[in-house]
Amino acid sequence: MKAPIISSWFGRGAVAAPPDIESAALRSDRFRLEREGDWRRLEDILARMERGGLRRIADDDLIALPALYRTAASSLSVARETSLDAATLAYLEALVQRAWFQVYGPRQGFIRWLRGFLLGGWSRAVRALWLDICIALFVMVTGTIVGWLLVAQDEAWYYRLFPAGAGETRVPGASREQLLKSLGHDEGAAGLAGFAAQLFSNNSGVCILAFALGFAFGIPSLMLLVQNMALLGAMLWLFNGQGLVVELAAWLSVHGTTELFGILLSGAAGLHIGRAMAFPGKLPVLDAAAAAGRRSAVVMVGVVIMMVVAAILEAYPRQLVEDTGSRFVIGGTMLTFWLSYFILYRPAGDAAAQEAG
Amino acid sequence: MITPEGLTLPITIAPRASRAGALIIDVMIIVVSLIAVALLLVWIAEGLLAGSALDPEQLSRGALEFLGIIMVLFIFAWWYGYFLVQELGPRGATLGKRITGIRIAARGGARLTPEAVIARNLLRDIEIFYPLVTLSVLAVLADTGQDIGSLGWVLTGWFLLFLLFPFFNRDALRAGDIVAGTWVVERPRGKLAAVLSTQGAATAEGASEVTGVRYDFGEAELSIYGEKELQTLERMLRDSPPEALATVHATICRKIGWDPGAGDERAFLEAFYAQLRERLEADMRFGKRKADKFS
Repeated sequence: MKAPIISSWFGRGAVAAPPDIESAALRSDRFRLEREGDWRRLEDILARMERGGLRRIADDDLIALPALYRTAASSLSVARETSLDAATLAYLEALVQRAWFQVYGPRQGFIRWLRGFLLGGWSRAVRALWLDICIALFVMVTGTIVGWLLVAQDEAWYYRLFPAGAGETRVPGASREQLLKSLGHDEGAAGLAGFAAQLFSNNSGVCILAFALGFAFGIPSLMLLVQNMALLGAMLWLFNGQGLVVELAAWLSVHGTTELFGILLSGAAGLHIGRAMAFPGKLPVLDAAAAAGRRSAVVMVGVVIMMVVAAILEAYPRQLVEDTGSRFVIGGTMLTFWLSYFILYRPAGDAAAQEAG
Repeated sequence: MITPEGLTLPITIAPRASRAGALIIDVMIIVVSLIAVALLLVWIAEGLLAGSALDPEQLSRGALEFLGIIMVLFIFAWWYGYFLVQELGPRGATLGKRITGIRIAARGGARLTPEAVIARNLLRDIEIFYPLVTLSVLAVLADTGQDIGSLGWVLTGWFLLFLLFPFFNRDALRAGDIVAGTWVVERPRGKLAAVLSTQGAATAEGASEVTGVRYDFGEAELSIYGEKELQTLERMLRDSPPEALATVHATICRKIGWDPGAGDERAFLEAFYAQLRERLEADMRFGKRKADKFS
């Protein structure tokens, strides 16, 4: 670990004026002294850019930046062939590298990136994952069925899946009225915003976990999906026992169409990475993993947005709208919206962007 | 790394110790600021409580709920935003990385994209924080006498696997780096050093300030050393104490068959440096390079 250079945080030290060029005995030093001014100007611009204030840099300097960068780069390659001054060579290498990061760095601000993301980048990334989404969907449906079958065979599984807390009414043997009551609400609007924030934070955490676990060839992601969906299967079984499946589905659909979609996408994103690492195809494993990782990261940003939407839906409309039909309408609208955004929404220039990206 | 101009730039992979140091600094910043915000919110809540005449029933539920929301959202945004925003910035480094002098870059000289930064930071959770948090929860459970079985060992293994991951590949990549296609490199940093050949006895007409003698070296004396020795001498002239220079002086004199005197070492070495470099650089222009004294 290098010691921090404290002086570099408190303004730059005074720069000594270069000695006059004629006094240099060596041709390589005259070369250096002739160009030193340009290098120092470049260094100064870079220091200001790295401090983050693009607006504080004069237009002249911004226009000069590429030229100064190329000057420094060509100085470096000339110096490598003509100079044996190790300190100057090291300085030039550092300078050119710093300049390279700024000239070829991510010059796309976050806002611009976000706009590109919402207007096409997100849906494009989701479509690129279609195979993984199909697999994840299959796994989720299977998980639900498995959950149902397990509980149907042995009620003890229900408690294993749902470690029931005190006062939990949704347990086997509950009456129809109790179950129906758990689908309603009894608090009005108070406390819903806090509930929403809590839900969002929790669900996004689970989704990020599902994504990150994809690193182990995607298997843990799928297991997480199965486990989560088995809960749903068990719940469906429970409500089916009292003939309340339609009511439960309506209750779930308000936020579930968004939330389950998000979970599906994060599982698929994790699986995508795992699959790229297990079957890299023609690319080297590291390249395949990196390409898949970047594609999935886009999807994951979208998942976080979906979780915000789901949490708001879960906290407000689900608690405030009691009618089964209206609940279905809200959930169905959301599902239609997501599906059409991901599948039908293809803005112009999409194909070109896909080539580039 | 090769720039689009066809120039090869050497990149130094950041040492693992720097990265560990950077992570520790960053986590400390995050945790300290989370605690600070939590304390602030508690303080506000106490103020609310005092305002309601110390009667919890009188408290406005909306106000407390609002505080809770702020806390939850702040934790989420701070946790994920801290790394994300700073690494997306022009420095490509968090505060901890800046202090330890490292930054992130895309592998193989490509541009660093926002997607890559997002991917590498999302994976940090399973690499370090989930196993660590779960382990500490398990430790508390075990402390209270609950049976945790082999779960502790599984988690320790998980944690160690990711912790040691950078030690098993050449580029010190962690799992997040692999998925994002990034690596962590040393931030180049350097000040332009003074021109040696314009100082003291190294200049064309330069003579020693002590004795007034001008050192001149002949063909035979200059042909002994090569580039490696020249650059060692340069380093010594730039930042070695006079005692070390005396040793070098004696060594060079013995090597070229001069009688080492004393008291004028610096002038001798400056002159020797300038003339040796002039000779080697003249040879370079004719395509002759002498790497070190053995070649």
